[in-house]
Amino acid sequence: MSQQFTPNNPLPQEAKVPVEMAVFSLDVEAEIDRHLAKYPVKRSAILPLMFIVQRERGGYLDPPGVAYLADRLDVRITDIWEVATFYSMINTEPVGTYHIQVCRTLSCKILGAGKITEQCSTRLGIKPGETTPDGKFSLSEVECLGSCGTAPMLQIGFDFHENLTAEKLDKILDTCERGEYVFTVKG
Amino acid sequence: MFIGAIGCEPLQLKRVGLENSRTLDVYRQHGGYEALKKVLDGMSPEDVIGEVKKSALRGRGGAGFPTGMKWSFVPKDSPKPKYVVCNADESEPGTFKDRFLMERDPHMLIEGMLIAAYALGSRTTYIYTRGEYRYLINILDAAIQEAREAGLVGDRIMGTEFSCEVFTHTGAGAYICGEETALLNSLEGLRGHPRMKPPFPAIAGLYGCPTVVNNVETLTAVPDIIKMGGEAYQKLGTQKSGGTKVWSVSGHVNRPGVYELPMGYEDMEKFIMEDCGGMLGGKQLKAVIPGGSSVYIMPATDIVGKKVKMDYEGLVVAGSMVGSGGFIVMDETVDVFESTKNLTEFYKHESCGWCTPCREGTDWLVKVFKRIAKGEGRPEDAQLLLDLCDNIEGKSFCPLGDAAAWPIQSAIKKFPEDFRRHLMPMATRTAEAVAAD
Ligand SMILES: Cc1cc2nc3c(=O)[nH]c(=O)nc-3n(C[C@H](O)[C@H](O)[C@H](O)COP(=O)(O)O)c2cc1C
Ligand code: SF4
Ligand code: FES
Repeated sequence: MSQQFTPNNPLPQEAKVPVEMAVFSLDVEAEIDRHLAKYPVKRSAILPLMFIVQRERGGYLDPPGVAYLADRLDVRITDIWEVATFYSMINTEPVGTYHIQVCRTLSCKILGAGKITEQCSTRLGIKPGETTPDGKFSLSEVECLGSCGTAPMLQIGFDFHENLTAEKLDKILDTCERGEYVFTVKG
Repeated sequence: MFIGAIGCEPLQLKRVGLENSRTLDVYRQHGGYEALKKVLDGMSPEDVIGEVKKSALRGRGGAGFPTGMKWSFVPKDSPKPKYVVCNADESEPGTFKDRFLMERDPHMLIEGMLIAAYALGSRTTYIYTRGEYRYLINILDAAIQEAREAGLVGDRIMGTEFSCEVFTHTGAGAYICGEETALLNSLEGLRGHPRMKPPFPAIAGLYGCPTVVNNVETLTAVPDIIKMGGEAYQKLGTQKSGGTKVWSVSGHVNRPGVYELPMGYEDMEKFIMEDCGGMLGGKQLKAVIPGGSSVYIMPATDIVGKKVKMDYEGLVVAGSMVGSGGFIVMDETVDVFESTKNLTEFYKHESCGWCTPCREGTDWLVKVFKRIAKGEGRPEDAQLLLDLCDNIEGKSFCPLGDAAAWPIQSAIKKFPEDFRRHLMPMATRTAEAVAAD
């Protein structure tokens, strides 16, 4: 969270001012309207809308998506960046189709989270924080996801995979690799 | 994973085992929305607050603030709209009770929110759920829709003058948004930095209006308090901590899970060794963190044979806190230096960056921990860690700073040998470390 921006760690996408604005289907527009209707102040819908935009724009807030949000919420582009960079679930860079998020916190750690991350790393050939060159997988270590009683665990998208073993994990990664993984929780 | 009550009739977990427990039909067949009916049938808002006061219900989000008192701080004559916000951000490591309360019995939360809204004169309520719990938001949205269709949410509830909306809201991966003022900033569409208190949310909260923020488990206790009466609810627990408490048990036990215990449940040792099925693989108990990662760690010697009472007062006497009720059990294989390093990395990651002692302090703490873990620990490092903690604790803008310092302070105090082992001058270390490992 709370990224610091320095010359060595510049703003994502070099904070290019977007030239075009994303366009969404009527269904998505209706979904967005439903969120906006919940609040007396438009800006309150910023996080729900960011999730929708990143779902629709290939997993992250691309410049046209950012421009759309600013326009729809009547805020400045910088307001969007300000919020987007605070929250770890809002992606400002592309992520893989399957975003494997392994919990690294204590209860999972003492029940083998380290091995789970290692197995993912070895199989996918990437370290936590990286994405495979084909854009299929991203691997992250994340903090406690409220599955401590069923540790170790990981999340793919919004799906929980709990009580993990080496075999179980292999099977999950197999289905992803074959492109047969079905997301159960709708985002 | 186990879900159920021990030592009392299940109250919060009454319906969790039923088939289709999350549907309105099942909820109603098992006493659901009777409390709301009772309230709308003839209780005044003051009556409701009175019952909650009598119940001795204390907030289950971590701070344990008396709920009835919090509700009475909301000014009645304010012309501004009032808001009830449910804190379902549940991100304290080791805590997962709210998740199962919402997953299995979402209507219980909706009913609790409606009663709170009635008592506080609120017409709009929000459930702020952590972003990773998206499946729960879907469950809650479906339950709210069901309730709306049955005339239980929206305009003229149960045909009365009372109208109230319940909306879900999503967080996006920030532990600090569990802190109530950071949560309100986040709900207003800002970065989740905490706000200065006072003014407290009861006076100026969401959009500057009077707001009550309550934990999920606090609100789900309300329907039962109304139904059985505050006094009866209090008697289930102790004088100062009424009712039951839901604990999330994880770590090295045979039966982790969600346990509902009466407040004041006798003997933590029995709880671990019998109720939770004993230690995994028959290993020795080493330590327990009883209330989520932010509370003091307890060595086995403070638990075994000590008849530790599991309630707010009992745990303070035993040297820790109820906190969020995230009960993490660790066996003899755990190195408390390593476990404390793990939690410190959590706090560093989650520090919101607003104030210097916490932002810089947690960063330094992790740097020192990492250096020690590399085998470059120096004898004076324990004191260095304590000095860093001293510069964070009580000097930070919000309690997250304290929460980062407490685990380290208590770990060094209670498990000095686990630190000492890592803090040998290089020359002696190799031989000693080899012998120890
Ligand atoms: C860093 C931090 C994180 C917190 N996280 C949560 C949380 O996830 N859920 C929660 O209910 N309360 C959390 N709290 C406590 C809230 O600030 C607040 O006290 C609570 O929601 C009040 O509700 P209650 O009176 O019903 O306990 C947190 C507090 C701090 C300082
Ligand atoms: S103590 Fe930490 S989390 Fe709290 S305001 Fe300061 S930097 Fe943010
Ligand atoms: S510690 Fe991994 S889910 Fe809680």
